[in-house]
Amino acid sequence: MTIFVDIGALDDIPRQGARVIRTAQGCVAVFRTLDDRVFALDDRCPHKGGPLSEGMVHGDRVTCPLHNWVFDMNSGAAQGADEGAVRTWPVRVERGRVLISAELVSRSNAA
Amino acid sequence: MKKLVVIGAGMASGRLLEQLFEAAPGEWHVTLFNAEPRGNYNRLMLSPVLSGEKTYEQIVTHDADWYAAHGVDCRFGEPVVRIDRANRAVYSNTGGAPYDALVIATGSAPFIIPVPGSDLPGVVTYRDLEDTNAMIEAGVAGKDAVVVGGGLLGLEAAAGMAARGASVTVVHLMGHLMERQLDPAAGYLLQRDLERRGIKVHCKGATKAILGHDRAEAVLLEDGTVHAADLVCMAVGIRPEVRLANDAHLEVERGIVVDDALRTSDPHIFALGECVEHRSQVFGLVAPLYDQAKVLARTLLGEEAAFRPVQTATKLKVTGCDLYSAGDFAEGEGREDIVFRDPGRGIYKRLVLENDRIVGVVMYGDTADGNWFYGLMKDETDIGEMRDTLIFGPAFQGGTTLDPMAAVAALPPEAEICGCNGVCKGTIVDAVLGGAHTLDAVRACTKASGSCGTCTGLVEQVMKLTLGDGFVAPVPAGICKCTDHSHEDVRRLIRSMGLKSIPAVMQELGWKTVGGCHSCRPALNYYLLAEYPLDYRDDRQSRFVNERNHANIQKDGTYSVVPRMWGGVTTPGELRAIADAAEKYAVPMVKVTGGQRIDLLGVRKEDLPHIWADLNAAGLVSGHAYSKGLRTVKTCVGSEFCRFGTQDSTGLGIRLEKLLWGSWTPHKVKLGVSGCPRNCAEATCKDVGVICVDSGYQISVAGAAGMEVKETEPLASTPSEDEAVEIITAFIQLYREHARYLDRPYKWVAKVGLDWVKAQVADLPTRRALVERFEVSQSVYRRDPWAEHSTTTETPKWAPLADLTLEAAE
Repeated sequence: MTIFVDIGALDDIPRQGARVIRTAQGCVAVFRTLDDRVFALDDRCPHKGGPLSEGMVHGDRVTCPLHNWVFDMNSGAAQGADEGAVRTWPVRVERGRVLISAELVSRSNAA
Repeated sequence: MKKLVVIGAGMASGRLLEQLFEAAPGEWHVTLFNAEPRGNYNRLMLSPVLSGEKTYEQIVTHDADWYAAHGVDCRFGEPVVRIDRANRAVYSNTGGAPYDALVIATGSAPFIIPVPGSDLPGVVTYRDLEDTNAMIEAGVAGKDAVVVGGGLLGLEAAAGMAARGASVTVVHLMGHLMERQLDPAAGYLLQRDLERRGIKVHCKGATKAILGHDRAEAVLLEDGTVHAADLVCMAVGIRPEVRLANDAHLEVERGIVVDDALRTSDPHIFALGECVEHRSQVFGLVAPLYDQAKVLARTLLGEEAAFRPVQTATKLKVTGCDLYSAGDFAEGEGREDIVFRDPGRGIYKRLVLENDRIVGVVMYGDTADGNWFYGLMKDETDIGEMRDTLIFGPAFQGGTTLDPMAAVAALPPEAEICGCNGVCKGTIVDAVLGGAHTLDAVRACTKASGSCGTCTGLVEQVMKLTLGDGFVAPVPAGICKCTDHSHEDVRRLIRSMGLKSIPAVMQELGWKTVGGCHSCRPALNYYLLAEYPLDYRDDRQSRFVNERNHANIQKDGTYSVVPRMWGGVTTPGELRAIADAAEKYAVPMVKVTGGQRIDLLGVRKEDLPHIWADLNAAGLVSGHAYSKGLRTVKTCVGSEFCRFGTQDSTGLGIRLEKLLWGSWTPHKVKLGVSGCPRNCAEATCKDVGVICVDSGYQISVAGAAGMEVKETEPLASTPSEDEAVEIITAFIQLYREHARYLDRPYKWVAKVGLDWVKAQVADLPTRRALVERFEVSQSVYRRDPWAEHSTTTETPKWAPLADLTLEAAE
């Protein structure tokens, strides 16, 4: 069973935007959609390493700011003709707080 | 079976064989000789092959299976060398064949001007697949190409090579392009469009020689001009290929002489296509050749038939150049003109009338009504009744709405839709009612739109009329995949429907996606803030990263910071503050930009509000080096210091920058102000450039110095600095209100026409209203975003939300 840790308030993340968290496994982008769903993805486009947290959020998709690769935030899979995927992390909202998988805290997983 | 020998596998003989096999299969055994090592393909489609839009395989009209199915003995790559009329046989380079009837369809040969150097390697013609492949294989990208001849063929060759990346110059002997099809006004519009597409045009240019040692290097004209040329394409004209007929002592004038049944002076020999001369007329367009094929098929089947050439219409197959020409448009006694001009949109229509009948049609820019006019001309309809509104087309006759579908609905069944194949509206309607429900199916059974393809849209409209909602035509390109509405539509609807938010636009205009995408959202955000500066709140999340973060993202995710230096002028204090900031935040690179300011590259995102606060403290504000908005006003020192300066160019530049900064525009905007015509500020390749002269200020606009390089064009001159500022402000506002998002001013001006822009800013009330609307918008946007984002509440938002590495370490 996944253990979650609190990383901040939902309102700290702008709608259709993202905030970054630093983790032992690199930066992770935490996105918030227009309808207040949250997603957590590695903040690194598999194409050229662009910071996905700076991409435009539309629906449950995000467009990488460097070369417009589009990812489905549910699966982390690149859309259209581009091939590749970004790792996704378990994340949820409880009473206005954003909780993320505790495996991002543990040092033993550090790559 | 009777023996038919055909010399030449071109479009005319191909159509003849189709007609023959369809009407009477098994009547003739056909032997087909062709000098080219292949069968028939659609020669009208060579220009898309040249430009890379199509391949040879896609333009083949008769493949090996077709010939085999009809028992045609194909002798491809075997040029016929002799006709033995006495024994009724032909001989090729390798064999021969006897005939009961012979058809000569040898077509035409390109004409090469016999100037010195015309035999050098690198001089090509443009007539068949070999020529096309030679041009493709020469690898024209990045090379200089000269096309000699500004007729249909020459312009298609020029456009094809330009599409493959060549730098193309068209040299044309006459005063305007396509003088056989266009009058000077339409020729001028065509030239303007081609020049916008980067093709240079030199009219009244007589070729004197082709220069070069081992191969073509340049073209020398009679007037002394030299155009560099790695490749020279001769497209001055064609002449009927009559050598075989000459050798066989058939009657030959300019072409092989044929009667109405297409019989030559030998009753067993027939001819058709571009090699024939019929009643002193030779033929170059495909429509009359197809008529000849029909007639000759009937002649060969022993039926009575007579060829009667009809007027044909011309369209140019160059993307973006929409022209239509038919009939006779020379001026003459008893002839009258009806002319419609909309220079702003580059539209020109001219009807030539004689005795209340249309005798000529020339259209440029909007050719939708061409076929309707053509029908009136062909039927010699008396247009006296509708003369007042004739030029507005069929939709206007009877007061129906100006709907393109209504125009097509108004066409009578016998109106010609496809000029190449002579297919009328009724035939298409019958085909659709008979079960052809797709464009391909209609094409297959009627041939409509199967040759040059320019009537495809019309054919689709006829299909839609016939099928109603059952037909889904390909729609014009929308902004992106989220909508079928074009940029222009969306802008118009935002205004007319009073839509004031992105969700409202997406809801009311039926967006197909949730939340749009990275293409439409920034465009919508711009259109809304430009339309409703006071009501609409800029949506940061609909902006690209650079505009959202007020800094330019670099490939490693760091940012560059460029403080504004008004007119490129700075102070020791500002420089000290920049130096301090660079050291404090360990900026890896400090660079001077092309816009006369200083770029701090490699700043981390969380440092941005801090470095901004430090710079703000020294009086420095954002330089908007990241925005679709005003970037810089580059200046020279002007009359303040320079011994040549005529006006205070630095002062004017600073004044303009302080007026315009912070404004959002469809794309970035850069200005330059030079104090004298020596132009040290390089003002004439900017979006707006000012050259100061003794008598005042010369304002020019629509320059470019990026992927494209383009000199500015004069907008206005004025003795007064105040008026210069007003004109420039009005121009910027006009651009903000009308240009499509991501069109730089030069692209926008090219679309609407400089004349229209001039007229808007020259008219004082219009100009003042533009300036006023600009000021309303600036009351919101003329402010420093760095200051707004470096407050104590905002600054924390630039740092990570959490740092789990610290918790891990605990």
